[in-house]
Order: sequence, then C-alpha cells, then structure tokens
Amino acid sequence: MSKLDLDPGVVAACRQAATRIAEQVAEQIAGRTTLSVERSVTRLLGVDGANALEVPLPNVLVDHVHERGGLGRGIAYWLGNAMIQTTSSPQQLAEAVSAGELDLLALQEAEEPAIHERVTSECAARLREIAQRFDERRAMRERLGDGAAPLRYVLTATGDVYEDVVHARAVAEGGGDIVAVIRSTAQSLLDYVPYGPTTEGYGGTFATQANFRIMREAMDEWSEQHGRYVRLSSFCSGLCMSEIAAMGAWEGFDNMVNDALYGILYRDINIVRGLIDQRISRMINGYFGVVINTGEDNYLRTADAIEAAPSVTASQFINHQLALDSGVPDSQIGLGDAFEIDVPVKNGLLYEWAQAQLTRELFPDCPVKYMPPTRHMDGNLFRTHAADTLFNLVTIATGQGIQTIGVPTEGIFTPHIHDRVLGLQNVGYVFNAAHDLGEEIEFKRGGIIQTRAQQVLAGAHELLERIAQTGLFGAIEDATFGDVSRKQDEGRGIEGIVSTEPGYFNPFVELMREASYA
Amino acid sequence: MPREVDHRAVRPYADHLGDGLVQMSFTLPVPYSLAARKAALELAAKMGFQEPEVIHYEQLTEGYTYFVMYGRCVQSVDFDALQGEGFDIEYMTEDEIERFAEEHLGRNVVVVGASTGSDTHSVGIDAMLNLKGYHGHHGLEGYRFFKTYNLGSQVPNSVLLAKAIEVGADAILVSQTVTQQNLHVQNLTELVEMVEAEGRRGDMILACGGPRVSNELAKELGYDAGFSKGTEPHHLATFIVRELAARVAATG
Repeated sequence: MSKLDLDPGVVAACRQAATRIAEQVAEQIAGRTTLSVERSVTRLLGVDGANALEVPLPNVLVDHVHERGGLGRGIAYWLGNAMIQTTSSPQQLAEAVSAGELDLLALQEAEEPAIHERVTSECAARLREIAQRFDERRAMRERLGDGAAPLRYVLTATGDVYEDVVHARAVAEGGGDIVAVIRSTAQSLLDYVPYGPTTEGYGGTFATQANFRIMREAMDEWSEQHGRYVRLSSFCSGLCMSEIAAMGAWEGFDNMVNDALYGILYRDINIVRGLIDQRISRMINGYFGVVINTGEDNYLRTADAIEAAPSVTASQFINHQLALDSGVPDSQIGLGDAFEIDVPVKNGLLYEWAQAQLTRELFPDCPVKYMPPTRHMDGNLFRTHAADTLFNLVTIATGQGIQTIGVPTEGIFTPHIHDRVLGLQNVGYVFNAAHDLGEEIEFKRGGIIQTRAQQVLAGAHELLERIAQTGLFGAIEDATFGDVSRKQDEGRGIEGIVSTEPGYFNPFVELMREASYA
Repeated sequence: MPREVDHRAVRPYADHLGDGLVQMSFTLPVPYSLAARKAALELAAKMGFQEPEVIHYEQLTEGYTYFVMYGRCVQSVDFDALQGEGFDIEYMTEDEIERFAEEHLGRNVVVVGASTGSDTHSVGIDAMLNLKGYHGHHGLEGYRFFKTYNLGSQVPNSVLLAKAIEVGADAILVSQTVTQQNLHVQNLTELVEMVEAEGRRGDMILACGGPRVSNELAKELGYDAGFSKGTEPHHLATFIVRELAARVAATG
C-alpha cells in the first residue's frame, strides 16, 4: 500500500517512457561489440595469465585477432575454429598466440556450423562449471545464513589487498554483511585488468582476479568461523566492466556495482562503449544471480540534491529497464539512491524520507542500495557521525535493501579501520532501536513528505518523456544527469568499439539469453 | 574573579583554563587484552601526555584493538608571537571583488582549475569554479570579471599546465580532495616543478585547496596560497584579485 498516495497513472507512464528509452538504446548499440566484451568471452572460456610484459592474455588474444581485422566475426569464431584445427584449449591457444607460435587467422577454416557447435559446447561447459561454484556458494550462504535487509555494505580501500583482508575482517566483526573493495582510482581508465595480487594502489586496491580470490578465501574463512555469511562485491565499471563481471563469476562474488553511466559521466568513457559493455556485464551478473547496484547516488554529489531529485528517480526507471533487458530480475536490481541534502536545510530529513520512501514504492521488489551523506561532509567528523544517524534512521524506517554505511571521516581520507567500525556501530544502534518504525508510520495526507514525493515523481515523469524524445544519448549531452555533459562521438575507449560482420556471434550471449541459471 | 588567559602560554582547554585535556583515538595492532590497554597508556605517556586515561577500548578483529583516550598536555604555545603574522584575511563580497577587479585590473581574470592526479573527486574544484558554487556563494564562473576553465577530476598535471598556457591563465587552481598516503603532496609538488621547468612560475598565481591542504603546506610546496576546509569561492576570488593587483602595481 502506498504511503505516499502516488498516482498509479503517472507511475505507469514513467515505466512506459523508460521502456521506449531502453528500446532506443538497444537500437543505438546494436551491430557492435567492443574489445572488452570479446575479452570477457575469453575470460569466461577460462583464459587467464599475462605475458612477460604483463599484458593479460585476454588482451593478447583479442588484440591479435583485431590487428588482423578479424574481430568483426567475434573472438569465439576464431577460438572455435582453432579448437577444431589444433585440439588445444582456449588457454593453450592464448599461450601459443602470446609466444608467437600461432596465428589464429592463418589456420584453415572449418565449416561455420561446426565452429559454432565446437565453441558453444565449450562455452556451455564453462558456464556449468561456474554455475556449480555458485551452487556451492548458495548452499554455503543458506547454511550459514545471510544477513537481513537492509544489508550493511562496507567499503575497504587500503590499496594493499592484504591490508584489505584485515579491514574486511574488522568490518565483518562489526556487523558488515557485504564487503566491497574500492578499486584504485586509476583503474577505470585502464583498457585491461591487471594481473596478480597487488599491494599498491591509490584510493583503493586494483581489482584483479588474484585479489578477488584472496578476499574470497579470507571472507569464506571468516564466515565459517563466525557462522554468518559475508558477501563480497566489486565494481563492474570503467573500460573493463564486462571482464570484471566474468572474473567475479569465477571467484564467486555475490554483488557488483554495475553502472556504465558513472564511467560515462565522471570518467569520460564513451557512451556507446559504456552501454555495450554494460549490457554484457549485466547479462553475466544476471545469469549467475549476482545482485547489481546502480549509481544514481553519484549524481547528487555533483548536482544539488533537492533540485536533482527527479533526475535520480528518472535514472532509476531507465536503469531498471536496461537491467531487465539484460536479463537481470527485479530481485537482483539494486537501484541507487542517496541521502545527500545539505544538513542545515530546514526539513531536509523530511525530504530525504520522501525520496527514500518513493524509491521503495516505485521498485518494491528491488534491493535498493542507499548511500550515505558525502558531499556536504566536510571533515567535522562528529557532525558527519550525527548526519549518519539520521541517514540510518531513514534507511531502516523505509526498508532499504542495502545500505552503504556512513563513516565519520567521510571526505577527509579513505577511512581508517576503526572509522568503519564506528560507522557500523551507529548503524547497529539505529537499526535496532527503530527496527519496526516503518511499520508504524503513515504520512499526513497532503503533508510535506507526500507532497515532496509526488513532486519528485512528477518531475521524473516530465524528464522521462523528454528523454524519450531526445533519446538517452541526447539527454546525457544535455547534462541531464549530475550536471555533466558528454557527447556520443567523444570519450575514452571509443577506439575499442568494433562493428560486427555477418556471422558474428557470441555464444555466451546466446546461452545466457535462453535461461537464467539463478 | 575570572582568570585571564595568558596568550603567551596557551594549552588545550576542556573544562577549565589550563587543564590541557586532549581527546584522542587510535588502533594498535595487538590483541584485545589488559596488556593492550597498558601499551596504549605507555604510548600516550611517550607522546608526552600526563595522566593518560583509556576511557574506552574494544577489539576490532583478532589482533587489533581500538582505543579512545584522554591525556593532559603540558606543552604550551606563545599565541602572541603568532598573531603578528597577519594571515587573517578580510574577504571581499562578490560585488566588491567585481568592483576591485574593474578598478585595479580592468580586464578578465583567467583561471584554470582541476582536481589532479588520481583524485576522482571534483567536488572541491566544482564548488570554487562552477556557477552554483558553495554555501550560497557563486563559483568564479559566475563573476563577470572571471573567465574560468574547469577541467574536472583525474587530470594529469601536464594537461592542466598545457591548458593554462594555452588560455594565458592568470591563476592555476589545484584541488586535492581525497588522497591517500600523502599522495597529494607528491602531486602538488610535481605541478610546481613543471611550471618552473616551463619558466612560467612568475606569470601565474598557483593556488591549491582541499581538506588536507593548509596555507602553510601550500607555501612550503611553492604555491602562492593554500585553501583549506571552509573556503568559499569569494575567499579565493579575493585572494586572486588582490594578488594580481599587487603584481600589476609592483611591475608598474
């Protein structure tokens, strides 16, 4: 039942507009693949490792085919053919190409149906292998018990994976349900995923498959010892978002931030590149039951939280539809929202409450990820701690799915180990003390909260109708989100977009489209 | 009779004058135990605190203990000696800055800014440069006499400097919001070195800002000024127009 007295007609109109917008996006990105999508295919096929120059083998392989003008058919075609001609595995093929012993395009070409069949059966086998790991993980999660919503999502960001393990243990002990290792800030612009364990990074730790494995092992060990399952999350973002999804699949990551728009707006990644990568990235996450988180909260860090609220809601509608179109079900779509109204704003708490409740009512089956105040947190850590208390109250009272916990030292440096624990303790007090508050509350008809929510929804509707006219790309160019403008034919990674040729195929897309494993 | 504060020897004030009480918190990489508590007390004593007290301690995870402590600081500083240095600036309002620029400079002030290096946060530079500004004060973009270029975040120092040279900047603004392991110092130093290598140091005002930047640090690194927490755009604008006017006056 709606506490906000929302007009169902307006809500339906928003969904219809979002559907039209998503259809346009699908048309605009059709007929193309990207270097990183093709690298994801090799990663899902089990290709791993790096050459002597530390170039990852998925890059070596895909670049090899791209330089020879063959990528328009898809990397799967060439690997399938080579598997027939040489009986080597994809990993062995990658190693041979890297050693300069094999030219995939110089091999005799088998009949197309035979190639399809060979590589598709290989892909299906790898999907089953990964799915089995997720089965085991699901069993472990059920045996040990998953936390109750709102799940407490905590970041670590030391730059050194072994220090991250220490921080992760401390936040698990403090009640954290999901640990996310922030990536080193430069990583989103790298057109490859670094290889091996890393101990140096700034603002975060490099997402590498080895680092994923180290964190996973440490958290599984902690979970077994303490009888409570701790989830892990990373970031499908930047120029390698689909590859990170593939790596996360192999290592059993439970959640993933997955939003191309963040990279497009804030890292100047080309729109088309970002959205192609996102489609495949979300498809992989969706297939294995991974919960994705979108990044609407970020707009409020660069745009005003009161004025920009409708753009957040509009983006949630669009992101929701794009995720559904990639095969991600509602139960895995963690849309983003944030508590970013400046603390001195009169009745700011009521506006936050309205927005948070609005998101819940519009997407009741989605585990919405609610983000803490950051933009106006200025170094007075006691004030930040107080603001976080209000944030925690809104989180529990509106029943958010996932909460990124607020930390007192927000905005000063990457928070220290005890800062995160203090943040978790605050969450613990409030979630407990106001546990069933949401059930007890109704809002005054026509009062500040209802009126605000209805205004934001109306604003979102207007915006969505406009975007349905201009298209999402046009809207981004008009600085609709976060006050940032990006053009369709500019941005990083644009050179990594490849037009597909007749006969292109990506067997994983075919297989994952047919049925969700999860 | 209220006691007079002796500005020649000031120390922290908590409950009454001269008590010197300081609150502090930290984590030690030791198991939670009585020995851990003793270690914290001994450490505080070595820091020079008298009567250190652990008022709270707890385990963060195995092998790591968090402490909240108080201690009495017996050191003092001579505040009178510091007051003479005159770093309390009187800021002008937006209108006053416009009038000042018109009168003393009579031309547009060109400013190029960015959040540099690996720092992804543009919040600081946006607050100073973008029209919307900060705390109800317009950013420099909103001033008639300023021409601004905001290059955003994660900008290499070389790109920032190239842009500044291209547009004939009067001032370069560097923001460092969230950094780790003193990376901001390295980053800020690199820019100064590059500007000097290009022989442009005399042509441009260099200013930096961020929660971990201070005026003292900035000057030490070779900047003209540093702006810390609480800076509003008109503070920065005041500094820039005054400094430019002073340079114009000096060169006749």
